[in-house]
Amino acid sequence: MATEAFEEIAETFEFLDDWEDRYRHVIDLGKAMDPLGETLRVPATKVDGCASQVWIVPEIDGAGGAAVFRFRGDSDAMIVRGLIAILAALYNGLTIAQVARVDAEAELRRLGLHDHLSSQRSNGLRAMVERIRQIAGKAAA
Amino acid sequence: MRDDVPYDVARIRADFPILAREVNGKPLVYLDNGASAQKPQAVIDAVTRAYAEEYSNVHRGLHYLSNLATENYEAVRGKIAHFLGVADERAIVMNSGTTEGINFVAYGWAMPRFEPGDEIVLSVMEHHANIVPWHFLRERQGAVLRWVDVDATGALDPQRVIDAIGPRTKLVALTHLSNVLGTRVDIKTIAAAAREKGVAILVDGSQAAVHMPLDLDDLGVDFYAITGHKLYGPSGSGAIYIRPERMAEMRPLMGGGDMIREVTKDAVIYNDPPMKFEAGTPGIVQQIGLGAALDYLMELGMEAIEAHENGLRDYARERLDGLNWLQVQGRAPDKAAIFSFTLDGAAHAHDISTVLDKRGIAVRAGHHCAGPLMEHLGVSATCRASFGLYNTEAEIDALVDALELCHELFA
Repeated sequence: MATEAFEEIAETFEFLDDWEDRYRHVIDLGKAMDPLGETLRVPATKVDGCASQVWIVPEIDGAGGAAVFRFRGDSDAMIVRGLIAILAALYNGLTIAQVARVDAEAELRRLGLHDHLSSQRSNGLRAMVERIRQIAGKAAA
Repeated sequence: MRDDVPYDVARIRADFPILAREVNGKPLVYLDNGASAQKPQAVIDAVTRAYAEEYSNVHRGLHYLSNLATENYEAVRGKIAHFLGVADERAIVMNSGTTEGINFVAYGWAMPRFEPGDEIVLSVMEHHANIVPWHFLRERQGAVLRWVDVDATGALDPQRVIDAIGPRTKLVALTHLSNVLGTRVDIKTIAAAAREKGVAILVDGSQAAVHMPLDLDDLGVDFYAITGHKLYGPSGSGAIYIRPERMAEMRPLMGGGDMIREVTKDAVIYNDPPMKFEAGTPGIVQQIGLGAALDYLMELGMEAIEAHENGLRDYARERLDGLNWLQVQGRAPDKAAIFSFTLDGAAHAHDISTVLDKRGIAVRAGHHCAGPLMEHLGVSATCRASFGLYNTEAEIDALVDALELCHELFA
């Protein structure tokens, strides 16, 4: 199910043994991602997390289950920005039908980052995955 | 205070079983004491014994266990009074903590006597527990909240508070020690001025009770709320001191068992204070655990604890000042060992706490339930390292090392 971009990230992570290097890489991925402009950081795109803020802007090409899903996202926290870049690699380019079948927690587990999706983490990432699935669900209907 | 025994932090740490554990493969460095403190074995044992050997409801039965549980529970009232420097233990109402205590004053004392336009004076560094109950009065009864700013060091000038007391002021509501900045507030001066003007004063003692010796009879306040879980006791334990004149003015907030002497179809005769204000079965075991925590603190001596923590404060201040990319909020000279900080650049408080957590270091990241203070400081969130009686200079070194890693990662 995973995209080529995500597989590339997963391959890189295989070589990163300790958490410091993994986090370093996550942060670098976030830094490399284009920020969302102020005009897109609005309540409509905001995903309610906790103290760190997350925004997500979907871009869907086509209609129904075969439509291609992409999104752009951002956060005011650097680790979360990096995790958003990883989620973008995980989801962007999939069809709407495929999006629904992605097991985000399992995929992040491959990178050793799944604890960021646990229900008690308040970084907004879990809420963001739920938002992506909702968007895909609506687009498929 | 026991002058014969030096403050042996290694021995003290051995009293807290959780401090021996690892987090993320590193020894736990627990610097989130401002949120809640860890428990010594004496508290854990007291809770276990209360359930395993001495449990029953209190104030009700005449049987052996009920008498024993009642004695154990009521003994805590005296311990709290002693700990707070209150001569008459009937001035102590036991409850689940500061939030309950302050809401109890808002509903039981303030609501019946506030007219629209009456004022409450409070500082910008109050915790939400000492803000939201007063917003209730604003929303429901037209009370006016008058906010007093802190200065650039985070200190609160008592004269500014006194000057804010006007002819319509009915209550001054202040923290004794800021949970974000560590600032200590000169309550005694403010309380004396408030009393002269006939204005009641409520103090949120959640943090102060943990970090310094208290003498409420000398402090001269009307209400003083404390919370047990920050005092190394169980969650759900706590108390509020209420000056007898104010207690006489209060109406009970909750009705039920224990708070009554007689109930008929037509009338109720209330129990005497403080029982009048403790409806229903209380947190019996939580309070017994709190009693054990206070015994533990008094055995160590609050003066000795304060001296140890002031040493930690000085060392932490010196080490953190060495990091020129770190902004520490709150620089009052006599502050307690609570440090809120942000990092230069884009790193969010959550980023920092995530990295610290990987090093086994527990801090709090966020707004610390102090929205108005965050607004005043112009930040959305900070990290907070709050120290307790068992922390060490080596743990401050570990914190500084981890912050240096943050600086490198997020630069």
